Amino acid sequence: MDLDPDEVFRDDDEDPDNPLFQERESTKELAVYLVDASPKMFNTTCPSEDQKQETHFQVALSCILQSLKTQIINRSYDEVAICFFNTREKKNLQDLNGVFVLNVTEREDLDRPTARLLKTIDGIEEVFMKEIGSQYGIVSGSRENSLYNALWAAQALLRKGSAKTLDKRILLFTNEDDPFGSIKGASKFDLIRTTLQRAKDAQDLGISIELLPLSSPNEQFNLSLFYADLIGLEGGDLTQFLPSAGDRLQDMKDQLKKRMFKKRIVRRLKLSITNKLSIDVNSYALIRPTLPGAITWLDSISNRPLKTERSFICADTGALFLEPSKRFQHYKNQVIKFSGEELSEIKGVSAGHLRLLGFKPLSCLKDYHNLRPSTFLYPSDEEMGGSTCIFIALHRSMVKLNRFAVAFLGSPSRPQLVALVAQDEIITAGGQVEPPGMNMLYLPYADDIRHVEELHPDPDIAPRATDDQVKKAAALMKRIDLKDFSVCQFANPALQRHYAVLQALALEEDEMPEVNDETVPDEEGMSRPGVVKTLEEFKLSVYGENYEEEEAGKGKVSEASKKRKAISETASQKCKEYDWADLADNGKLKELSVVELKYYLTAHDLPVSGKKEALISRILSHMGK
Amino acid sequence: MARNREILVLVLDVGPSMHSILPEVEKVCSMLVEKKLIYNKYDEVGIVLFGTEDTKNELTEEVGGYQHVVVLQNMKVVDGDLVDVLKRIPRGTVSGDFLDAIIVGMDMLIKKFGETEKGKKRLCLVTDALFSIKEPYEGTKEDQVTTIAQQMTKHGMRMDSVVVRGRFSQNADEKTMDENDILLNIFSEKTNAKMVYVESPTSLLGAIRTRSIAPVTIFRGDLEISSIIKIKVWVYKKTSEEKFPTLKRYSDKAPPTDKFATHEIKVDYEYKSVEEPNKVVPPEHRIKGYRYGPQVVPISTAEWDAVKFKPEKSVKLLGFTNVSNIMRHYYMKDVNVFIAEPSNKRAIVAVSALARAMKEMDKVAIVRCVWRQGQGSVVVGVLTPNISKKDGIADSLYFNVLPFAEDVREFQFPSFSNLPALMQPSEEQQQAADDLVKTLDLAPAGREEILQPDFTPNPVLERFYRHLELKSKDPDAAVPPLDGTLQKITEPDPDLFSQNKYVIDTFHRKFELKENPKLKKPRRHYLREKASGSSDKEDNDEISAQIVESVSNMPIAKVEKIGDSTPLEDFEAMMSRRDSPEWISKAISGMRNKIFDLVENSSDGDNCLKAIEYLRALRKGCIIEQEPKQFNDFLRHLRKFCPENNLHSFCEFLASQQISLISKEEAADSEVADDEARSFWVKMEPKSEPKLEQV
Repeated sequence: MDLDPDEVFRDDDEDPDNPLFQERESTKELAVYLVDASPKMFNTTCPSEDQKQETHFQVALSCILQSLKTQIINRSYDEVAICFFNTREKKNLQDLNGVFVLNVTEREDLDRPTARLLKTIDGIEEVFMKEIGSQYGIVSGSRENSLYNALWAAQALLRKGSAKTLDKRILLFTNEDDPFGSIKGASKFDLIRTTLQRAKDAQDLGISIELLPLSSPNEQFNLSLFYADLIGLEGGDLTQFLPSAGDRLQDMKDQLKKRMFKKRIVRRLKLSITNKLSIDVNSYALIRPTLPGAITWLDSISNRPLKTERSFICADTGALFLEPSKRFQHYKNQVIKFSGEELSEIKGVSAGHLRLLGFKPLSCLKDYHNLRPSTFLYPSDEEMGGSTCIFIALHRSMVKLNRFAVAFLGSPSRPQLVALVAQDEIITAGGQVEPPGMNMLYLPYADDIRHVEELHPDPDIAPRATDDQVKKAAALMKRIDLKDFSVCQFANPALQRHYAVLQALALEEDEMPEVNDETVPDEEGMSRPGVVKTLEEFKLSVYGENYEEEEAGKGKVSEASKKRKAISETASQKCKEYDWADLADNGKLKELSVVELKYYLTAHDLPVSGKKEALISRILSHMGK
Repeated sequence: MARNREILVLVLDVGPSMHSILPEVEKVCSMLVEKKLIYNKYDEVGIVLFGTEDTKNELTEEVGGYQHVVVLQNMKVVDGDLVDVLKRIPRGTVSGDFLDAIIVGMDMLIKKFGETEKGKKRLCLVTDALFSIKEPYEGTKEDQVTTIAQQMTKHGMRMDSVVVRGRFSQNADEKTMDENDILLNIFSEKTNAKMVYVESPTSLLGAIRTRSIAPVTIFRGDLEISSIIKIKVWVYKKTSEEKFPTLKRYSDKAPPTDKFATHEIKVDYEYKSVEEPNKVVPPEHRIKGYRYGPQVVPISTAEWDAVKFKPEKSVKLLGFTNVSNIMRHYYMKDVNVFIAEPSNKRAIVAVSALARAMKEMDKVAIVRCVWRQGQGSVVVGVLTPNISKKDGIADSLYFNVLPFAEDVREFQFPSFSNLPALMQPSEEQQQAADDLVKTLDLAPAGREEILQPDFTPNPVLERFYRHLELKSKDPDAAVPPLDGTLQKITEPDPDLFSQNKYVIDTFHRKFELKENPKLKKPRRHYLREKASGSSDKEDNDEISAQIVESVSNMPIAKVEKIGDSTPLEDFEAMMSRRDSPEWISKAISGMRNKIFDLVENSSDGDNCLKAIEYLRALRKGCIIEQEPKQFNDFLRHLRKFCPENNLHSFCEFLASQQISLISKEEAADSEVADDEARSFWVKMEPKSEPKLEQV
């Protein structure tokens, strides 16, 4: 798992998506988490899984913590700020009332997340009331407007960098759908107007404002009261914005989690359906393996990072190269040279498009037709109006007819056939589980498929399970059924451990954290009497009785060990034919051949390696002489 | 090398009915040898043709018969000539007897190797099997074939038959075809043989395995259903990407007279400290640092080994679940296959029972795997059944890796039904789409599935090996165009599209595309793609360019004024010029003008940010060069200038960025005390705030 520079600079052009999921600094995002800390956030609770009540404030914080943990691993160049509003204390550059920007040492207010920040957020709840405090910031009679102040503080935090190259976002957590509800008369109108203007100014500067509303079971968050205007939603968008928020806390958490990150387009592709008709689709990497970050070499004395310099040296003359421009391959005792242009021409079998070749029934897509994680496609009308309409029509036809499309993807590094499988939208109480669109699966070529099943053919007929055995196996499957299994329900224990250790070391904690491995089987469940019974029945059915003893007997005596045993037996017999003590005393050992000497060594389980002298001295020392 | 040596006899039908497809046979066979020349240099290949006018084989000399079978090439280690021979296979004139040819091929193998080299000897038969084989002298044809098949097994030979059918055999006699199929099937049943039918030139190219890779297990051990029952399994790779060959970097430095020059280039890495770029840090003074956010945490390998995740080698069942719970697009990697331990009958039955029950119940198994001891991670994956269709082959399970929670990004996309009405297809449009999906059918009933992955060769590799061969003859040979047969993979089949012209035209008529001219951006990604076929090279260029830059840290041209394109760099360059003290004041005044320009147009957010950036640079420069007064005067001027010209927001912004006067502490020459510097902006803040609200 360690990434050495050699590996980083691998010649082989890797996964074409690679640079895109290893986020770079240039695509970083600046985000301000703006959390309402009004008493209402602390008073409203929702029941969690284990019947404990969690306040909305806790929900918001745990979502933020979760997303920061992801960010620090995956996209550590992103910069974040945590800002509470409706607070008693104030802490912000403009010294605005009711706004508190949370920060830790060695960090600017808007900066990359650090281990210490995570830890502080984790513990903020306990000290919140004492150190920051909560109070309603908008009360009648006062001219204060905490929401306005919060937006302004957030905007100021996001001043750095150009909006053209950076994504700037404000993520607003609140459960108050009518922040100015308590105000009456003209001043209410005024407050609303200035607040909306503030939000609009921020948006004009390229800052997007995302609302993450928390609603309680008996009181749905009503967007149209105020926030629809603030985030600029119109009629149609409204319904789409809040898909049935469930009563369960987990559902709400899921929903918030999904909205925390901005969708990033991997590539814009042209899908040519016929020679005359191409539509635009965007591709998204929804599933990519997360690897522990690359290592950096440090000077062990100063702990300062080292610069890696690569140099090319001619193996024949030792001369230094800047960058060799040609590659070669030995072939037929010749050195065949290729220039970069030639190689790219060879690989350029199709210009960077996705070309539809036809359709096949889904049954043609086998389980072994897979090489890499899939890529998700969603249409875009941005440059080519009408693309979405065609995409939806094809999508519906493919779902209806149970077919998938075969297309050729002319990517520069590995042009290949892909399957486009239409995926219908799946929505549960927790929100969208599967987005609607097409999944692009990378198909292997004949050269990539191995027929390993056929390696060990049975000369007669391979044994097959009988109906009874199959029935017993089926019973087992009913017993050990993971009903609500969802792909990706497990955290990667290696990765969790990796980052837990790093976090502990970064914070200079002494104790190494214990990380729970969620992937181990449920021993307890497996040892329930019912399960054990079915397991035993299945075992008896396929293995018969006495399996264990037979296996144990078989396992010990392999071919090689049999042979070894035979050799040592003959050796000990031959060994008896000599009077070793006599030979040794008279110095006649050296008159024996090596083969003869080895009889003794083998019989006494001594090493038989080395020259004759070594063998003799080994024998002598074994005899204690 | 020689351990995995393969000994192969190509048995090729060159009769008249084969002529139309022989060009493809030539291509695939020559590529097979080309690959061997690179990867399996010690393999031996022989060629037997049948259906020829002539007869030339040892058996005919020894015992007679075996007419129209020619040994084109006796067994020999692969070389360049073999490629040439295979590129020009002579065409035959008669309809050959494939069984005669198989016997001749076997005879060659037996004469040279006897019963040795078991499992490494292979016959590869390519025929259309349209014509009857001769009646044997005694017994039936079936008996004869069975006897030969037994001989084959005895000598440890395998046979792959590729039977060309489909549109090539339209006028053939069906009875003969069926008979031959039955006969060839005997081989496939009785021996370690494989028979495939191909109907198109493209799939012929994919049907013959051009590279033999010795299969290696990635795991041997127990599949633990629970502590009670374990099944002995072997795990192999089922798919694995055959990569473009890794080419070595070429060095032209060796003198042309040096015959033993390797022309290779060694890559050397040096680690240097940032402070002392000339000092190389030896390995024992290096330590690995792991990133955690902005921090880099140093950990020695020993320390890391002590704390890192160390799972035990094992493959354990977590449970079963419904097929519908595992979406196909969650498969993460190339695929493995779980096979019961060979010749362990009970394990085979156990795997078979699981596979069949899964199939019946629409279930899959979720397993947790640690393939090797010492592996630093676990994988969770799904087992799906693979029910064998051949008697001799046991049932097995496919294994696909599933993602962990960290690997999934849950983005939300708008529901199609919530999109504006304009984007919704009408009923007519939907009908047109349905028709298109139905008619552009790549898996027509009763015919070969087109572009089946198992029979589709990699066009890029094919083209590379062809170019390699051309270059071995002429170093300047141009890249050959993509072969017509392979174009069927990269481009839509013109036949299929023209047959369904009506449907396609309707589709065109029903849908309308409008280019959005406003948003027509230069499509960077396409440009990139065209050039980046050589992406590896480009990247390297970039890297070496960086190195060059850091090595030669000297500005090449002397900067004399602050330009528009790289003002910051210009400023720094001028500040560091030592040939005349004038440069510093020139740089400072130049920078001041730049900042003023920007501030005056600071309604644009970008300018504002740039101005701050420049101001910071100016401040830093003034501290380094000990010119605090220059900066402080300027900043005071700015503070005065902005409110007068309605540029409050810039001031506000300046304050928030904490750019203050240069204090005594920072530069001894400064007349500004610490406190004054700190409170510089505070004084004006209350004033600016109410005004800002109206902005």
